[in-house]
Amino acid sequence: MAALFQDPLVQLAFWALVKVIVILVVMLGIVAYLTYFERKIAGHIQVRPGPNLVGPWGLFQPFADILKLLLKEEFVPDGANKILFHVAPVLAVTPALTSFAVVPIGPNFLVTDVNVGLLVFLAMSSLGVYALTLAGWSSNNKYALLGGLRSSAQMISYELALGLSTIGVLMMAGSLSLVDIVHAQHGAFRLGPLALPHWFVFTQPVAFVIFLICAFAETNRAPFDLPEGESELVGGFHTEYSSMKWAMFFLGEYMNMLTISAITVTLFLGGWNGPWLPESLGFLWFFAKLFALIFLFMWVRWTFPRLRYDQLMAFGWKVLLPIALLNVLATGTIVTWLGNR
Amino acid sequence: MIPLLFVAFAAVLLVSSLLVILHRNPVTSALFLVLAFCALAAIYLLLHAEFIGLVQVVVYAGAIMVLFLFVIMYLNLGHDVEGGVTLLLRRGLGWLLGAALVAEGVLLLRRGLAPGPTAPPDPAAVAGNTQQVGLLLYSRYLFPFEITSVLLLVAMIGVIVIARGRRETPPAAAAPADEAGSPGEDA
Repeated sequence: MAALFQDPLVQLAFWALVKVIVILVVMLGIVAYLTYFERKIAGHIQVRPGPNLVGPWGLFQPFADILKLLLKEEFVPDGANKILFHVAPVLAVTPALTSFAVVPIGPNFLVTDVNVGLLVFLAMSSLGVYALTLAGWSSNNKYALLGGLRSSAQMISYELALGLSTIGVLMMAGSLSLVDIVHAQHGAFRLGPLALPHWFVFTQPVAFVIFLICAFAETNRAPFDLPEGESELVGGFHTEYSSMKWAMFFLGEYMNMLTISAITVTLFLGGWNGPWLPESLGFLWFFAKLFALIFLFMWVRWTFPRLRYDQLMAFGWKVLLPIALLNVLATGTIVTWLGNR
Repeated sequence: MIPLLFVAFAAVLLVSSLLVILHRNPVTSALFLVLAFCALAAIYLLLHAEFIGLVQVVVYAGAIMVLFLFVIMYLNLGHDVEGGVTLLLRRGLGWLLGAALVAEGVLLLRRGLAPGPTAPPDPAAVAGNTQQVGLLLYSRYLFPFEITSVLLLVAMIGVIVIARGRRETPPAAAAPADEAGSPGEDA
């Protein structure tokens, strides 16, 4: 047994497993409390207290919610495709969890550093669309189907701009590995006492804005929550879902938000880089930036109205995509010019 | 470990590929094709072709198959109800071609003819295979690469021309995706 543990492959697998479990548990805990923060922030924005009865300041609200959801009736509509109806909620959660495997949380804390880390994220986010599409289709409900169709159209459109906006960062970092991208953002531009961190948000501002807008669209949150669109589609793709299966979709939405915020932090906000703290405490910077971004997500969600469907499509294809392409062209030119000098 | 994984993914690939053509529900068929693409991507990863493997997932599983599903759902294709002479003809042709392919495979394998190296190159020797792919694509394979992009551009323009040509009545809205959206929301 001890001899087996000496095998480097076994050790790698063992520690990877430990990290996966830690990340999984921490993420589930964060997600449970994100629902609480979302409701508190929504309450604050709408000048009402939000959840405040269960426990001090309503802090036990997530537990009450989970219990309520577990005790609710499971319902499968007549004429639904049974297998796909059960598979769809699982698909909503797994891709978001999987892409967390390549996110460097701290200098020494990541599950694996693959040399195509960014592509892992893009691949997983492109698979995320199946959950919504299949949920909509398998429910055998016209509103759900419309929600599913909208989600496939929306996610395909915004994925292109999302992928293109990362190319600028790739060209400047010269690597697809997320660890290398974080390392490329180390240090700062200095001008006397002033220091501007060497983050890609400052050198790639256009890409950052495009990435952020696409991130809202990819997570299906307002102002891009057309697949749900409760005022016109009842509940959209999850109209027929109830109990824990419904909760899985929400788990998926919050997980997606967490993952895409983590990727944004890694790509544009310097990952675990930050002043004052020693490198071993870099994960504190990572989490600070992560929660700032998540707050932004919630802020946007509760203050912007939903886009109309044709506006959404026109914006994605006629505005974001050309700007992202131009950004790639400009970055490529500048990088080549600086490289040749 | 690696041969074991290869066998597992190859089995998934074979079974899901078979189910693509054997399953009668088009949506399920399409989903098995997605599974087949993912299994293929895993096999690429085992061969240390990380870039190709993940691009396979991004492009085929994540984009093209979503569009396929979109079309299948939008047209609301039910179960395969085709029958009669055309189906028999197609099936017969399919069996013939399949038999020819298997015969060809057996012949090639018996002679030990397989193009390309049989073992993956040492991954430590190459800096990163994304870089390798890029270097090859923009040097030795530049011409095919450019021709392919022109071909895609032509196809894109063709699609736009066809889509425009059908529109004789004044359009309600400019966005092409409207056709797939919900009616009655933007009247």
